[in-house]
Amino acid sequence: MKKTLLSLSNLSKQFDGKNVLDSLNLDIYDGEFITLLGPSGCGKTTLLRLMAGFEHPDAGTITLAGQDLTGTPPEHRPLNTVFQHYALFPHMSVFDNVAYGLKMEKRPKEEIRERVDEALAMVQLQDFKGRKPHQLSGGQQQRVAIARAVVKRPRLLLLDEPLSALDYKLRRTMQGELKRLQRELGITFVFVTHDQEEALSMSDRVVVLKDGEVQQLGTPREVYERPANLFTARFVGETNFFPGEVESIHDSAITVDVFGLKRTLRRPDFPVRPGQPLHVLLRPEDIRVLDPADAQGVAGKIIERNYKGSTLDSVIQLEDGSEVLASEFFDEDDPAFDYRLGEPVKVSWVDGWEWLLPEEADESVHEDALTDA
Amino acid sequence: MTRWLPRVYLVLVYLMLYVPIGVLVVFSFNDSRSGYTWGGLSLRWYQSLFHNNAMVEAMWNSLWLALSAATVSTIIGALTALALHRYRFRAKKVLNGMLFVVMMSPEIVLAISLLALFLLVGIQLGYLSLLLAHVTFCLPFVVITVMARLSGFDESLPEAARDLGASDFTMTRTVLIPVIMPALLAGWLLGFTLSLDDVVVSTFVSGPSYEILPLRIYSMVRVGLKPEVNALGTLLLVFSLVMLMLSQWILIRSKR
Amino acid sequence: MPSVTRQPFRTAVLVLVWGWLLFLVLAPNLLVVGASVMTRDPGTFIALPLNLDAYRQLFDPLYLEVFLHSLYMAAMTTLVCLLVGYPFAWALSKLGKQRQLLLIFLLIVPFWTNSLVRTYALKMLLATNGLINSALMSLGWIDEPIQMLYTEGAVIIGLVYLLLPFMILPLYSVFDDLRQELLMASHDLGAGRLATFIHVIVPLTLPGVLAGVMLVLLPAMGLFFVPDILGGSRNLLVGNVIKNQFLDARNWPFGAAASIVLTITMAILMLAHRLSKQRLGEGGAG
Repeated sequence: MKKTLLSLSNLSKQFDGKNVLDSLNLDIYDGEFITLLGPSGCGKTTLLRLMAGFEHPDAGTITLAGQDLTGTPPEHRPLNTVFQHYALFPHMSVFDNVAYGLKMEKRPKEEIRERVDEALAMVQLQDFKGRKPHQLSGGQQQRVAIARAVVKRPRLLLLDEPLSALDYKLRRTMQGELKRLQRELGITFVFVTHDQEEALSMSDRVVVLKDGEVQQLGTPREVYERPANLFTARFVGETNFFPGEVESIHDSAITVDVFGLKRTLRRPDFPVRPGQPLHVLLRPEDIRVLDPADAQGVAGKIIERNYKGSTLDSVIQLEDGSEVLASEFFDEDDPAFDYRLGEPVKVSWVDGWEWLLPEEADESVHEDALTDA
Repeated sequence: MTRWLPRVYLVLVYLMLYVPIGVLVVFSFNDSRSGYTWGGLSLRWYQSLFHNNAMVEAMWNSLWLALSAATVSTIIGALTALALHRYRFRAKKVLNGMLFVVMMSPEIVLAISLLALFLLVGIQLGYLSLLLAHVTFCLPFVVITVMARLSGFDESLPEAARDLGASDFTMTRTVLIPVIMPALLAGWLLGFTLSLDDVVVSTFVSGPSYEILPLRIYSMVRVGLKPEVNALGTLLLVFSLVMLMLSQWILIRSKR
Repeated sequence: MPSVTRQPFRTAVLVLVWGWLLFLVLAPNLLVVGASVMTRDPGTFIALPLNLDAYRQLFDPLYLEVFLHSLYMAAMTTLVCLLVGYPFAWALSKLGKQRQLLLIFLLIVPFWTNSLVRTYALKMLLATNGLINSALMSLGWIDEPIQMLYTEGAVIIGLVYLLLPFMILPLYSVFDDLRQELLMASHDLGAGRLATFIHVIVPLTLPGVLAGVMLVLLPAMGLFFVPDILGGSRNLLVGNVIKNQFLDARNWPFGAAASIVLTITMAILMLAHRLSKQRLGEGGAG
């Protein structure tokens, strides 16, 4: 079993009488890259600030390796933060910025110089020591911010949407660099983002948050392929929701009626009874677009097609008016592979690629939460 | 404690700023001759103020001077701001720098330099010299106010107007002036108040032919206490407040 | 309407603006510089033999003492304004945005009201039989009135009272720009409140401090009516000396030299302000 480094138990926080965090529990393992993912206002930044010590919880405790940190001010916590807008001190050079934390520890001059040089080398900025932050590009400022935080050798590094101010390409580069740094340093990274792609590609584990509550905690694969609820399914990646109804139940399978098709699917973990409505979830890449003459599948017509380079994304309108998003890889044997708008097709999927979720009482609320984000 | 301590402090400083003004206003309605003891409510100092012919004349002089100085400085200031904003010309930085120096340099330096100029060039000390001086020290404030407004507006508007066939002058009249109107009004009000309140520069460049209010007050308060000054100060205070609120209202309204 | 001539409106505007500034700003200032190196003349105010007598006269023990005393009072005024204004601006910047706007408005109200009248109001409070003394005596805290008017303290109080908003406004502006994230970063890196104040808050608010000092220190040497009303004859400012030399003694070279000293002080302060901003990477060359 992995060793828990930081443990949050029953954390609650209110702002102006509104619950931002509600009795939240989370264990962060030593050495992992964990991402807090959620729409704006979900409480992820508050959670990070509680860990850093900039906010104090109304209830609950924070312990780091068995030591209670709840009342400890930020300057005495053995963890550091990379801020969203870097928060580099504008009046100090790159060197002085990175050295700041060590000076506060009253380290000897020689040691400070060595460790700052080492940290700057790690982010490939050894030649920029004398520059001021405003003389650096966004990506370079980002690296200084990281060097400044890791030079203190914290047990845990908190990163508050550190890549959000960078353009797409630079963001991809920095994602790779952060992963590399985390591996090399062996420090636990707690990463906050609202970008689900970033979360999936970088993390060992993802915490999906909504309204201050953990919706799901798992590996990126678990979160993507086996979402715990409708919110996670909608928030992480694109998903098609087909309405289904349980027809009959077997030992390890159930028969479900989807658009009049009887499909025998893997029996889900939640309890089912015949006649129960449920959601059949399918990722766009799991959808198969078939010839209209095909016996299997639901009839519809192509209403939109977008060429995406490696894939062809199409929107199919079914006869009941609902729309299905399909993402297909190009078939190398069929160079003419394409659709006309309005072309009749059928959609289907391979049994076992679907994911089943029960209906939820307040489904409309999820929609609102997403549009807000 | 950390929550209320800063607030208490803020309140204390505001008290420091406003108590003297409050005392002045209250004592302007004091019936007593002495400036320190309360003798009941009365408007006698306001009456004596308006029965004093020299005082009334100084008031009118000041008002007229402030009106004309504000107007002239608004016109020149607006044109300067437009020129700085629109045109490229040599020594633009020098122009900017000169305005900055006027604003930052101690009033007394401006005052003696203007006095020297007027005496050597032979300009009679009176209305004209006061007007020239007041316009000069109001100018940078108008320029800043108008520049702030200009910097916040769409660069392509003048170009669109020129593209549609307006001459430079027509474009300025039909596009730029309406855009900077609120700033012009605010700048005018600021100039008016600055002119009305100025003591330092006026002391140097005024002559006996044209007595203005601040100098009259100055000569009154140098020795002892004059209850009329309370009344006059209260009037000026109310007047300035109205002007200030007007200018803030104009600026805030224009931002909507 | 195609403009055949090369923008006559532009030319007219530039001529007017340049004309005004050259005639009423540049020429008079050059005149003062010229006057300061000329000789005093009772008839034409200044006469030819060029010399540095006026500057030498500045070091006459009699005037030097007045200047140093004025500098001392101006420095005290600036210090008091800074000590009062710094925490004030800090506290102000922490309030809600709406409340900040209202309080800033209340701060500039006095700026729009007649400074003479406000100085006079102060006199009513400070006078020997004025309101402060009467209040203290009726409370039984003192037996006889304290001499407050016509002292050095009264002049400093008067200058602080008039100039405090000029210190607070630039300070407020730097505190308003001070990003909370930077303070958090400092704490995060292990600095306590005092270390954060010394290493982060002070350097980042320094441009505001210097701007405030500039806006207070110079007027505090020039506002001659404050000592006239509150200070008596022993607490003169440089402004009083300049005024006396120009208007009463008719010694233009000396008055001009004194005002040039003021201008040089201003230039030094402005330079320091610009350098401090450049250090933060804001000022640039412009």
